[in-house]
Amino acid sequence: MEKLDGYSGALKRLLEENNVRAGDVVKVVTGEREYVGTIIPRYEYASQDFLTLKLLNGYNIGISLDKILSITLIEKHSPPSFKSTPPEFKSKNLPKAVIVSTGGTIASRVDYRTGGVRPALSAFDLLSVVPELAEIAKVDAEVLFSMYSENMTQSNWTILAKKLHDYVSKGYEGVVVTHGTDTMGYTAAALSFALKNTPVPIVLVGSQRSSDRPSSDASSNLISAMRTSIEAPFSGVYVLMHGWVSDERMEVHLGTKVRKMHTSRRDAFKSINIKPAAIYENGRIHVILDNLPKRKVPSSFEIFPNFDDRVALIKFYPNMDPEIFLYLLDRGYRGIVLEGFGLGHVSSRAISVLKKIIRDGVFVFMTSQCIFGRVRLTVYDTGRDLLEVGVIPLEDMLSETAFVKLSWCLGNFEEDRVLDIMKANIAYEFSSRTFLEEGERFGD
Amino acid sequence: METRPFKAKVGLELHQQLNVGRKLFCDCPIMEYAEAEYKILRYLRPTQSELGEVDPAVMFEFRKNKANIYIYNSKASCLVECDEEPPHPINMDAVKAAITVALALGSKVVEELHVMRKIVIDGSNTTGFQRTVLVALDGVLKADDIEVPVQTISVEEDAARLVEERDDAKVFSLDRLGVPLIEISLAPIEADPKTVERVALALGRLLRLTGFAARGIGTIRQDINISIEGFPPCEVKGVQKLDLIPKIIEYEMMRQYHLYNVARLLKEKGLDSISSIGEYVDVTCLFEGASSRIVRNALDNGKKVYGIKLKGFRGLFKMEPYPNVRLGLELADMARAYGLGGIIHSDELPAYGISSEDVERVKAYLSVEESDAFVLVLAGERDYDALSALRQRMLRFFEGPVPETRGPTGDGRTRYSRPRPGSARMYPETDIPLIRVTRELIEECRKFVPKPWSEVLRDYMQKYGLNEKLANQILDSVYLGLFEKVCSMTKLSPTLVAVVLTEHLVTVSREGLDISVLDEGMLFELFQLLDSGRVSKESVIDILKCMCKEGVSAGDCVKRLGLKPISEEDLAKMVHETVVSNRAIVESLKERSFGPLMGMLMEKVRGKADGGKVSRLLKEEIAKLLQNI
Repeated sequence: MEKLDGYSGALKRLLEENNVRAGDVVKVVTGEREYVGTIIPRYEYASQDFLTLKLLNGYNIGISLDKILSITLIEKHSPPSFKSTPPEFKSKNLPKAVIVSTGGTIASRVDYRTGGVRPALSAFDLLSVVPELAEIAKVDAEVLFSMYSENMTQSNWTILAKKLHDYVSKGYEGVVVTHGTDTMGYTAAALSFALKNTPVPIVLVGSQRSSDRPSSDASSNLISAMRTSIEAPFSGVYVLMHGWVSDERMEVHLGTKVRKMHTSRRDAFKSINIKPAAIYENGRIHVILDNLPKRKVPSSFEIFPNFDDRVALIKFYPNMDPEIFLYLLDRGYRGIVLEGFGLGHVSSRAISVLKKIIRDGVFVFMTSQCIFGRVRLTVYDTGRDLLEVGVIPLEDMLSETAFVKLSWCLGNFEEDRVLDIMKANIAYEFSSRTFLEEGERFGD
Repeated sequence: METRPFKAKVGLELHQQLNVGRKLFCDCPIMEYAEAEYKILRYLRPTQSELGEVDPAVMFEFRKNKANIYIYNSKASCLVECDEEPPHPINMDAVKAAITVALALGSKVVEELHVMRKIVIDGSNTTGFQRTVLVALDGVLKADDIEVPVQTISVEEDAARLVEERDDAKVFSLDRLGVPLIEISLAPIEADPKTVERVALALGRLLRLTGFAARGIGTIRQDINISIEGFPPCEVKGVQKLDLIPKIIEYEMMRQYHLYNVARLLKEKGLDSISSIGEYVDVTCLFEGASSRIVRNALDNGKKVYGIKLKGFRGLFKMEPYPNVRLGLELADMARAYGLGGIIHSDELPAYGISSEDVERVKAYLSVEESDAFVLVLAGERDYDALSALRQRMLRFFEGPVPETRGPTGDGRTRYSRPRPGSARMYPETDIPLIRVTRELIEECRKFVPKPWSEVLRDYMQKYGLNEKLANQILDSVYLGLFEKVCSMTKLSPTLVAVVLTEHLVTVSREGLDISVLDEGMLFELFQLLDSGRVSKESVIDILKCMCKEGVSAGDCVKRLGLKPISEEDLAKMVHETVVSNRAIVESLKERSFGPLMGMLMEKVRGKADGGKVSRLLKEEIAKLLQNI
């Protein structure tokens, strides 16, 4: 049965009989007292025996169906009528920029009458909530996807890469992608490989605190990302997020070296095995990494937008049943990135199975579940055995980046080129030197 | 006090910290700890409402655009207080405490609880909202002969503690953020200020009797809504001391009545706001060579002098019908709340180094006539909002009292703090699941519902042999726990212990000494000394004073004050000698000689010997001597 504003069963019937629904102001009479308030939609998984009412003092309460004697309409709901006004751009000479949204709500409004949160989607809407953007650029906005980032697939990466290629080719000087944080690192890696020689920095940005709250990091991240995309002297694909829990220092991470390292902190994103590419602080960009590609005019900008989804990322665990790899082979998987123990090891009883699937044509690569550091298969016997059967170690590449890169290789290139491309440094995914101050434990 | 034509309506909102072991939405302990392990800097940004409306209180804070700095220490806070981790499930003990209070007040407990986010962007909450949950509605508080309707009972998280307000930032300590509070709102009542104090006392007592109330300074705070008939209320937020309540109500009544009178007077003069209140004029040029130090300093800091004319206002600013009730103060308080030094009005000039020539120049420049007044504001370019708010306030002098949020000053006065917020902006805290209040939960709480105060009092008087006054005092005291501990662990008379913990401490603090330096351990040591006879009860006040002044233990004070007790033998000898050497007095006054001789002795032995013992020995000696005559 279809729900009415989240209500089902007897409560739904009661609302229908009285011709009231969410948003309406009603009088509810129970055996104990009368309540006047606004009917609020019910959460999907909340118990269906209660009516949620927002009282005149602003509080929500739940009233059990058993107690309700009558519901009478006082006032029909009329939806709020906010209209965003066209932004005033401070100067005619502002650069053109675009914000491509993929899901995470980077800006929103709250309807305090019903408690509903509505994302700001159009460019006008966005600019009315984050007016600082209008001082930086003439901003266009496009909602490309409306999805939780955990639902992103390879085909979303393809669509996004093509869309960004279009915008950059049309001469947009600032390109910002808003993204849910859960898989932002994967998408950043995907775009890093798919877009070759991008002339301007494409900056992915998200927020760890939802945009409906005054403490949200969404607008400060968005403003910093836009400035970075327009002003940075380098190009490429980056993720910009808070550098610490204060609203002071933002870090700009290389799209292939960034990982979400905390479930909830604002500074969850860290560059792994390398320093951040740049710091954004007090309105200024401080470049940290040498040899970043220079910002330039589009000339050799190319796109390789395809990804093969028959690739798996497997974390090895003690006593893992190697038959799992045979299952992947049966399902037609073409490549596997392993997250091994330590320097890149798996239990020796898995080696014969790995040997079989490699012989049957599956590409198998080794990264480390240590996250920090470099794999080295020549140190212990197990490592040497893995090399022997054809497992390819991927140095200090993040396992997630390796997974994305393999998917991209198989999507765009012939199989005989895959090994070479996987071992080549395409988008800063390898660093040949790892320094002492890097690879520190996550912390302060 | 001529406020009789008006009845005041007073609504109380009590906030009491709950002593339930851990914070409301995380596992942190409840303790004060403001030593900085880390400092976090944040800005809050108001979330636009769907209607694009602007809440006046929210904009007041946002326009000041101050950074907030949070002092973090892992002893008292975790990532939840930093707004770096979602809230944990609600502390059900706090909910149980609120249900218990609700049952005691006959309130109706909400069947399904919804945690809400109430927008607060003054920086005191790292999230920009306060989590709050309505637990019960209705009920009646009985305070002696009066019954006050209860409106709501809710549980909410306490705010971070403001430790410093700088020009560019507010500094908060996170230790208090998230401490569970119960909030009880009483319906506004028409009552005299003393009665309101009694109501607050009754409510505080009920909470303490449940055993859920935290004790100590700052654990209980009252917000008081005060209005005179026909006008909107002002809210005085954060009153911590009960005995300030009647003073604050009286002050507010006088202040509001004066504002009413000013409006009436202006009307009688045929004035209206639009034609009376001028626009700001930059009069900086008139002060270029000025000798006034205030003006000079402001100009040196890049500020300007703005003048505004108020037609027909001459004399109104300095009019002070009641102590500290003046129109000038209204504006000055507001200017300070907006971060300006204050204002200067023509009624107080010449002063502050502004000469009568300066005044004449301003008057000419602003076309101020004999019956008019003017106000000068020293402000910079960024103070546009302050200037505009001050002018808005002047325009509203024609309306009588206007709604404001005010703060207590500590001496019973109140002071403007910010505009009244619009209706509460709340939306659901979706990180916390809904809480079903089951019948079992209610029955569990029913066990904690305390007996009425009168019964508890009677039991206490019986158990400890205290009189009613002392029993009331010790039950209200923060030292109740210590009292019970001392009574169970020493042979001291409960009455003596109660007197020391209530009346003696009041005596000491009335002398201006800070009794908050005395912790329970220090006081307990004093009682141990008393119990062992090493200290006489006569010397307790002196020792307490010394402890407060020097911040040292009771034992150290005994040494410093030279209070070594006299041995029984020496005392007997001293009494004997006194009687012998005053033989003449004893012979002429007989038994009545006790009074003067006792006086002489006590002067020598006060604090070193027990008065009762001295009296007994003296009576014996006098009797002995009289027998021998």
